[in-house]
Amino acid sequence: MRAFSALLDRLTLTPARNGKLALLDRYFRETPDPDRGVALAALTGGLDLPGVKPAIIRALILERMDAELFAHSYDFVGDLAETVSLAWPPTGHGEEAESPTLGDVVGMLGTASRADAPAILGDLLDRLDAPGRYAVLKLVTGGLRVGLSARLAKTALARFGGVDVVEIEEIWHGLAPPYAELFAWLDGKADKPANMFAAPFRPVMLANPAAMDDLETVDPADYLVEWKWDGIRVQLSSSGGLTRLYSRRGDDISAAFPEVVEAALFDGTLDGELLVGTPPDHVGSFSDLQQRLNRKTVSVKLQQKFPAFIRCYDLLFDGGADLRDRPLAERRQRLETVVGRMDPCRFDLSPQVEVESWQALDGLRNDPPLPVIEGVMLKRLDSPYLAGRPKGPWFKWKRDPHVVDAVLMYAQRGHGKRSGYYSDYTFGVWTGDAENPALVPVGKAYFGFTDEELRAIDRFVRENTVERFGPVRAVRAEPGHGLVLEVAFEGINRSTRHKSGVAMRFPRISRLRWDKPPAEADRLETVEKLLPE
Amino acid sequence: MRASDLLHPRPEGLYCPPGDFHIDPVRPVARALVTHGHADHARPGHGAVLATAETLDIMAIRFGGDHAASTQVAEPARPVVIDGVEVTFFPAGHVLGSAQILVEHKGMRIVASGDYKRRADPTCAPFEVVPCDVFITEATFGLPVFTHPDDRGEIGKLLRSLTTFGERTHLVGAYSLGKAQRLIRLIREAGHAEPIYIHGAFARLCDYYESRGAALGPLLPATTDDARADFAGRLVLGPPSAFSGPWSRRFSDPLVCYASGWMRIRQRARQQGVELPMIVSDHADWPELTRTIRDTGAGEVWVTHGREEALVRWCGLNGIAATPLNIVGYEEENE
Repeated sequence: MRAFSALLDRLTLTPARNGKLALLDRYFRETPDPDRGVALAALTGGLDLPGVKPAIIRALILERMDAELFAHSYDFVGDLAETVSLAWPPTGHGEEAESPTLGDVVGMLGTASRADAPAILGDLLDRLDAPGRYAVLKLVTGGLRVGLSARLAKTALARFGGVDVVEIEEIWHGLAPPYAELFAWLDGKADKPANMFAAPFRPVMLANPAAMDDLETVDPADYLVEWKWDGIRVQLSSSGGLTRLYSRRGDDISAAFPEVVEAALFDGTLDGELLVGTPPDHVGSFSDLQQRLNRKTVSVKLQQKFPAFIRCYDLLFDGGADLRDRPLAERRQRLETVVGRMDPCRFDLSPQVEVESWQALDGLRNDPPLPVIEGVMLKRLDSPYLAGRPKGPWFKWKRDPHVVDAVLMYAQRGHGKRSGYYSDYTFGVWTGDAENPALVPVGKAYFGFTDEELRAIDRFVRENTVERFGPVRAVRAEPGHGLVLEVAFEGINRSTRHKSGVAMRFPRISRLRWDKPPAEADRLETVEKLLPE
Repeated sequence: MRASDLLHPRPEGLYCPPGDFHIDPVRPVARALVTHGHADHARPGHGAVLATAETLDIMAIRFGGDHAASTQVAEPARPVVIDGVEVTFFPAGHVLGSAQILVEHKGMRIVASGDYKRRADPTCAPFEVVPCDVFITEATFGLPVFTHPDDRGEIGKLLRSLTTFGERTHLVGAYSLGKAQRLIRLIREAGHAEPIYIHGAFARLCDYYESRGAALGPLLPATTDDARADFAGRLVLGPPSAFSGPWSRRFSDPLVCYASGWMRIRQRARQQGVELPMIVSDHADWPELTRTIRDTGAGEVWVTHGREEALVRWCGLNGIAATPLNIVGYEEENE
């Protein structure tokens, strides 16, 4: 348990991805089965402790300490699990080497009934040290909050075993805690576990960004050209009467899109873009689609308001036949047959764009017919379907980003390589009448500039600080004095979380406009014009 | 006599009317008794100062030899009489030279403990229990959530991280008097013999600790003109205030560590951008505070700087009269 609680604490406080990977790698190397597998399940959200309800925690601590002392403690610490873990009266057992393992803990709590859960949990807390108690209480309350995605955990597994992450994604859904056969394979002691799972996920093929230079030497006739839709990449897999919808990382998102899953009357695996709207005429914006994302379940009302469909562009399996080594032209033909048999409100084909020259296409990608199109995709007609991001066969050629001139308002200190620098910037645009303009924040960016530019902005921040809030500084931002940042971004959504009412997608600093007086920066109305209607 | 006739708070600090002196005054006064050298307890500009030899040396290092008009060394456990009031200094275990002050007059014994801790510290003399009628205790960590773990485990976390993140500079924040030297000594005891790099602000106090017998091993200034790589995988100690400024930029991908009792609370660590919190404190934790109150046998406890309410409540639950004593000017963050 001690290794797991130490891992949680370090993960919580390590902001950098590489740092998290190093910690996980070390943990997987040093921790025996089944603990490392149980930890993996806990970190990827695969643990369920149904008998233990968070409400019993407060009752347990109040049996053990004065209510007023507990109240003072909770006020100071601010987090229930942490307060209880720290204030739990010592029994002396926690210092012994014989403290329960993570596997023991999860085993005991997993089988606890509601009636005996308080006694079991109380006994466990008696036998653990403070970090161990914290870890257990966070497992019980179901929120580890260590800033770790399932994808990152899989990447760490791949690094640990010296395999490609797509190999892990491919078999992931057939595995269950404590993942003994997975670790046996990664330790080099057994073969790769076979994927016995119905409707499995197949690692997806990704495109590289293109520029005109990349394309000058190749012939447009060798390529299939499609619009690049601003939805989310999905894979629909169906076999043995079971259908699953996956994100491109292999997360199962079937429950959020039941109407699509139910309409999948085929056997095989297809690749496409998940969108909302009523095809073929109406395609909703990404912000409409967002209403449907990250949900465990979905109401009928929401399904009616934002109906989902898949715009299909590839076929990996047709029935049991693996088409991935067949050329795209052949896969596309078979895809047309499959899609033609299904409900056109749920499945349609990604249309081909006819193109005579790359110059003509350059014009199209920059001025697409619909706002939900964010550029074009180019795929070699003879390319097989290769997992990962192979160089050459597929390109994405995106619309040039939108840019606005905004004014730097707040700067926050960075971490790691950027310790000691103000490197995260919040910027705003003007609103209000011309006589009395005010800045309203529209976004935050922390990359897009060189190290030299970072030093220059940092100097500006230090010399123009007007207020400090912990690690954040407010800087002078007035019509006649301030720093104008040219910000590039992919689009704008409405947002109720920001005062400006808009949120930028993928903002980054594209240029520093030392030459421009803040008064000449853009106004909110200009930004709002980019909102989807 | 009533205890409050012997000692009571004034804006300048704790005052003794019959002896006409202050203990740890925060403003210049004619006669000051100083428990230890931390800047919120020891200030320059007093008329006469009575303190342990080490505390006087530390004040001279920090403020210059002329910080007071006159100074007098208080020998441990040797009473000094001031206008009929007997004062005696006993080790407090907080930092080198730190003392509790027993003030005794007409049969009334009050101990002003200053800051203290009970656990072993290789760089200073251990706390001595002084029986008394009134015990004046600090309450920096006066909540049941504060139980400081074993120092050695915390040092182990640091040395282990050095092997996991061998390419990163481990930048350890520590208060410059006491904490820094204790950490270095503990790191040496854990077997780490490599040079440790220190911020310029630590140099003179580290030299002084060495001169008083704390073997700190090879220390090098964390100042060179070139090459970030020099510090990769090294231990660098500095005051936390330096970490947000340009000083920290010379290090390769620094991993910020912070040694303080506050690191027990995760949110504190997170807010300060600390990646590796080390719970090492020079103050008593909750079990030490409550044990010490019992050990002194005091019938009355005055609780000062920190979370007074909880400790007053604990005294109440245990049948000991207790009252918060509001003395302004002590900074709890310097830990």
